[in-house]
Amino acid sequence: MIGVIALAVGVVLGLWLDPTVPDWVQPYLPIAVVAALDAVFGGLRARLDEIFDAKVFVVSFVSNVLIAALIVLLGDELGVGGQLSTAVVVVFGIRIFGNASAIRRHLFKA
Amino acid sequence: MADPRGHRLLSGTLIAVLCLALGVALVTQVRRTRAGDALADQRPQDLVVLLDGLRQREAALHKEIAESEATLRRLRESGQGAGAALEEARRRATALGVLAGTVAAAGPGVRVEITDPRGRVGPETLLDALQELRAAGAEAVQVGPVRTGVDSAFSGSAGRVRLDGTDLSPPYVIVAVGDPPTLAQALNIPGGVVDSVERAGGGSRIAQSERVEIAALRPERSHKYARPAG
Repeated sequence: MIGVIALAVGVVLGLWLDPTVPDWVQPYLPIAVVAALDAVFGGLRARLDEIFDAKVFVVSFVSNVLIAALIVLLGDELGVGGQLSTAVVVVFGIRIFGNASAIRRHLFKA
Repeated sequence: MADPRGHRLLSGTLIAVLCLALGVALVTQVRRTRAGDALADQRPQDLVVLLDGLRQREAALHKEIAESEATLRRLRESGQGAGAALEEARRRATALGVLAGTVAAAGPGVRVEITDPRGRVGPETLLDALQELRAAGAEAVQVGPVRTGVDSAFSGSAGRVRLDGTDLSPPYVIVAVGDPPTLAQALNIPGGVVDSVERAGGGSRIAQSERVEIAALRPERSHKYARPAG
């Protein structure tokens, strides 16, 4: 619950402050956002499964973001940044879909 | 870990901070994408491909511009050419109209009056007069009420002269547009028109004028067989 409220506050804050993104963050921000979304969906699912653990959530959130950024960084260094970004987005997309369907089953029993 | 309440507070705060950060990042990223600043975080290879595409497109557009300009120039030139040709054609049509007698003519010329009290001035004398005038450069000639053309013919006999089927009656008035002194001289040559008229017992009066008008018109001929060739 606190997470949902914080998310809403963050959205409002982002709209209000309109922060500028530093140059070095720019390539990683979209991937990091997707990774974080995956963690949030995972957390939501765990909560509905009643196995939610704050520690797991925090660790998975941070590690998701860091690993995603690292993969993109590595890809950029190897010259396959675009392809790796796509791969990361695809993987996280599949995971988000999986979590979303689990949440859907919980909420609608369908 | 020893204090479950402190632990819960800490994890709640962490979750809140993370979710807050996610919200901010989400909005920022969406905004940046919306702003169309997509080029800034593109990779060099992609940018090169983009640039290459743009260059090719630019070259193609430049070529198109050049072609269109050439077409425009060509059309303008042909338009001017057509205008000039039309002007020339009009000018020639007017000149030919004067020659053919289908348009009225005015200009310097002479007015010749031939009297024939004894009725002995024949068609050949008038024909002579017309020939002399033409030879002297008369550009338009009217005899009595008739405009002469390329197919004019005198007929009849002395005293009852006809021109193109129209009866003429003395005094015969001939109006000709041309150089007045030249025309007058052509009629006055020894053994010429003036002499012939005198021999036939008639008189002639030649008046040079800076402006004579020929208002009589010939009907336009439509050619039945002849067509322009070449």
